[in-house]
Amino acid sequence: MIEASGLSKRYGATIAVDDLSFTVPPGSVTGFLGPNGAGKSTTMRLILGLDAPDCGAVTVNGRPYTSYRRPLFAVGALLEARSFHGGRSAYSHLLCLARSNGIGRSRVGEVLDLVGLDRAARKRAGGFSLGMGQRLGIAAALLGDPGVLILDEPVNGLDPEGVAWIRDLLKSLAAEGRTVLVSSHLMSEMENTADRLIIVGRGKLIAQAAIGDLLAAGPGSHAKVRSPQADRLAALLQAQGAAVHRSQDGTLAVTGVSTDAIGELARANGITLAELSSRQASLEDRYMELTRDTTDYHTAAPATAARK
Amino acid sequence: MSATTAQPGATAQPHGGAAAHAAEVLAAEWHKIRTVRSTYWALAAATAFNVVTAAVLGIVLPKTLTADQQAGMHDRVGLPLGGLHVSQIAIGVLGVLIITSEYSSGMIRATLSAVPQRRLVLAAKTAVLGAAAATAGLATCYAAYFAFQAFLPAASPLQMSLSDPGVARAVAGAGLYLAVLALLGLGLGAILRSSAGAMTALFGLLFVPTLILALLPASWQATVGPYLPMNAAEALYTVGAGTGHLKHLAPWAGFGVLCAYATAALLAGFILISRRDA
Repeated sequence: MIEASGLSKRYGATIAVDDLSFTVPPGSVTGFLGPNGAGKSTTMRLILGLDAPDCGAVTVNGRPYTSYRRPLFAVGALLEARSFHGGRSAYSHLLCLARSNGIGRSRVGEVLDLVGLDRAARKRAGGFSLGMGQRLGIAAALLGDPGVLILDEPVNGLDPEGVAWIRDLLKSLAAEGRTVLVSSHLMSEMENTADRLIIVGRGKLIAQAAIGDLLAAGPGSHAKVRSPQADRLAALLQAQGAAVHRSQDGTLAVTGVSTDAIGELARANGITLAELSSRQASLEDRYMELTRDTTDYHTAAPATAARK
Repeated sequence: MSATTAQPGATAQPHGGAAAHAAEVLAAEWHKIRTVRSTYWALAAATAFNVVTAAVLGIVLPKTLTADQQAGMHDRVGLPLGGLHVSQIAIGVLGVLIITSEYSSGMIRATLSAVPQRRLVLAAKTAVLGAAAATAGLATCYAAYFAFQAFLPAASPLQMSLSDPGVARAVAGAGLYLAVLALLGLGLGAILRSSAGAMTALFGLLFVPTLILALLPASWQATVGPYLPMNAAEALYTVGAGTGHLKHLAPWAGFGVLCAYATAALLAGFILISRRDA
């Protein structure tokens, strides 16, 4: 369990994290999602006590991280940036960390096997690919077999097989009752992995909910209606309190009434329906919609960009 | 299926208290210093400069100096310790790198996540580096002394004995100077967190004040001079009272001044490491 309350952190003039409060419960994978620069990595550094918050507090299992003696048994973390000395072998790197928490050599061998680095264990880590570096970081996180795992962009640099491996690993860790917090800036990575999402933008909390609830709450879900008498139907629907958006091809996007009610209304008024369907917004749409106003770097619309 | 352990409970958490934990952190830092190449490069360079320089001087000097020149030499122990001018750079770099390489590689994040008690980490680094540098410093300085003697002709007026006044102290003092210099490097590294910055600061502190002092009035040279790091070190590893307006401190007073510089830098490092973001 990770609990943050009113967490704020400022670097010079930049507010990286702004009054952020959230809870990461055990037994599920919680996705920590936000555009680049939203404050995800900073939040993780605050959780691990690497940076001190200006305001607020964050605890892991009810205790501040810095109060742990041998924290590797409670919390395992993979940070986004490389955190190993390139001159040391993977084995030596892990043994340095293991020693500092009183963890034995045999466990180092175990985690190397687990992440698939057993054959590269004696090579200098400086020569590792991005993917191997990530695996080494994950091995370090698993050293103490901790109940809480914090992983910053773990699939970064992994090949498709590695991505699938991470997904399975995260799910099985959560299924064992562990607390798993995993960050990403891509919703597509989270859709199949996370049970819950914490979405941040510009350091602020935007949403915190189970994936299903997040979708249901979105105004993105609507009914698509096509009808030869679209104008009349639109007026009737609006009279019923529905919001109707008419697109260029004449179809109506209706929110605020169920498809059942639309069908009934059309029949009662003798309106022909050519199409009536319920459209679920994808998580991706929902995420874009939620973070639209908070991304630091907007790209110009393609049409504008292409114009000379 | 358990994703992380072959058998649950395979990694039993140690229950030892603060002392046991300190020993674990010490073991980790000891493993760290043993598993990077820079340590071996620095130690090999220090050994080569100290011992090889002494041996070469032992071979060359009896042939190039007249008997009168040899007999009139005040600071004879300075000859076997001639390599110190270069070996001090290698040992200083070792001291700086033991901490700044953690910052440049990002290892510091892993280190401080594993041991959030930051001052304990720095204390363990101080202990490990101090022990390694003192051992290497003393061993190479004594080796230099014996190499020099071994290559001198038996009847050379340059021959000396460890029982001659000040000789044993100067040889041991040179070794201890290297250890304190490494610790000064560690302290500056902890303050500046950059390899280039800390090395510049360390060697700047060592060489620059002596150069500036030479431009100042004689009274300054006499009052401030003995307390400069380089001159305090010379008081420790030479036999003789100094040259010109500069009068050396007593040898162990010089050692005390050196220790004060290193202590000040380390103290600042200890204060900053727990106050700053990693």
